[in-house]
Amino acid sequence: MLIPDNLFYTKDHEWAKIEGNNATIGITDFAQSALGDITFIDLPKAGAAVAQFKFCATVESVKAASDIYAPLSGKVIKANAELNAKPEMVNRSAYDQGWLAVIEIADLSEKSKLMIAPQYKEYVQGLAK
Amino acid sequence: MNYIPHTETETREMLKIIGASSVDELFKHIPASLKPKSFDIPEGRSEFEVVEYLKSLSRKNAVGLTGFVGAGFYDHYIPQAVDALAGRSEFYTAYTPYQPECSQGWLQAIYEYQSVICELTGLDVSNASLYDGGTALYEAAMMAVRLTGRKKIIVDSGVSLIYRTMLYTYTSNLSIEFVETPVAHGQSCREDIYKCLDEKTAAVIVQNPNFFGAVDDFSDICEKVHSKGALAIASVYPVSLGMLKSPQEMGFDIATGEGQSLGIPLSFGGPYLGFIAVKKEHMRQMPGRIVGATVDQDNRRGFVLTLQAREQHIRRERATSNICSNEALCALRALIYATLLGKRGFQELAELNYQKAEFAKSTLEKIKGVKVMRSSPTFNEFTVCLPMNSDELVSKMINKGFACGFPLGRFYKGMDNYLLVAVTEKRTKEEILNFAKSLEESLCS
Repeated sequence: MLIPDNLFYTKDHEWAKIEGNNATIGITDFAQSALGDITFIDLPKAGAAVAQFKFCATVESVKAASDIYAPLSGKVIKANAELNAKPEMVNRSAYDQGWLAVIEIADLSEKSKLMIAPQYKEYVQGLAK
Repeated sequence: MNYIPHTETETREMLKIIGASSVDELFKHIPASLKPKSFDIPEGRSEFEVVEYLKSLSRKNAVGLTGFVGAGFYDHYIPQAVDALAGRSEFYTAYTPYQPECSQGWLQAIYEYQSVICELTGLDVSNASLYDGGTALYEAAMMAVRLTGRKKIIVDSGVSLIYRTMLYTYTSNLSIEFVETPVAHGQSCREDIYKCLDEKTAAVIVQNPNFFGAVDDFSDICEKVHSKGALAIASVYPVSLGMLKSPQEMGFDIATGEGQSLGIPLSFGGPYLGFIAVKKEHMRQMPGRIVGATVDQDNRRGFVLTLQAREQHIRRERATSNICSNEALCALRALIYATLLGKRGFQELAELNYQKAEFAKSTLEKIKGVKVMRSSPTFNEFTVCLPMNSDELVSKMINKGFACGFPLGRFYKGMDNYLLVAVTEKRTKEEILNFAKSLEESLCS
């Protein structure tokens, strides 16, 4: 189970990579593995406002259609259009090529409501029990 | 017959476990103001009495009239094979085809129905059908709202008032803004549509042929609509597609329509058939079931319900629609009808409708005082201006054995003297001539 140190995590298994005022968001390795083969991603639209822990995208896999919640509030700057043709990139590379969108962070203090890598690791291990 | 499966003993046992002394007590949290004061249902009657009562009601209908009424619903000939095949118990009593392993026949039929709708409209993806033309148009409007994230919809007033009313009723609790644009000389007013069209517009909805029977080429409107990032939606009459430019050729994103004309008899209240077809890029926002073709592990062709993540049983409140069924038997009839006709037959059917309507036009306009509106080309339906109130003429013509048309004054202000006349392939030359003769007599008397 990959849990990179430099990311922030939510209880719903989204990650955020915070760089200055922007955050790249995606779903975790745990999430992609639990979902199985991903067949379609309904990405957030550029310009759309998203709110922390609120619905922002949908990931469809062979098992389920799952709502994805934004780790942070802000405005969507761009979405990963490559996923339209290759949604399986989320399975292959959840933290890198499988990113979903970049958002302009509205309130950086929301970061405190996210988990850091060791916390998320513990959280995921707790779920496995 | 008692439809309540529980015995009194069982009811008492259940109430005891719950801890309620009576059924009334069980439901006591429902405020009295919400409970019906009385159901006001008369005493039961015997089967014999009910049949007699219904017969007496049916005698109030004017039957055996020669029909020239269309207005969205058309009197086409239905080959006997449609009833014979659609009535087979494998289809007639089958349940929802959720289990592909035991529903291949039904799934294949729906897949082929979808293929027919795609062939007719020229668009990429059709669903397994919807309830009727009006609900299909509503679903198209909601698709546009979801796809664009916008809430304004421009509706041409050449769209049937029945459909427009359904749109407004369905969306009455949503904050969707509808703007109606006028029809002049039978055609949609481009200027008015373009004036209303802006970056807040989700869609422009038109109908072809429109309610007055006028045929239009909406390619220019589609282009303008797309330049504003909105979607173009057309409600179309499927039989007309045997000869008219298809919605795809004009550039529409979504085509919907009433499928009654495809092998389904006219009746008051249906069941009818709604169809919807869209460009592939919009298919994830389609409402309702879609059947797809695939292969099994031995590479044999098979059919399954597909893209189900759009639907209510998976996506819950974020489903594309609350439609979780389809009009399967009616869709089957449409499929059988279209298959019996074939491509050539379908084109001939359209041609026949057009020619007969043109003959009726030239016959009717020989009558003094009758003016056939000719500012636009038409398919099998056209508007006539009369020297009298058209509603009154309709009553007079019923006594002469004709359902002579739809009085446009019922739907459009200032059109009390206008009559909408439809002529299908079923109307013979003799019937059309007799119709003209009776109409002339009715105007004189």
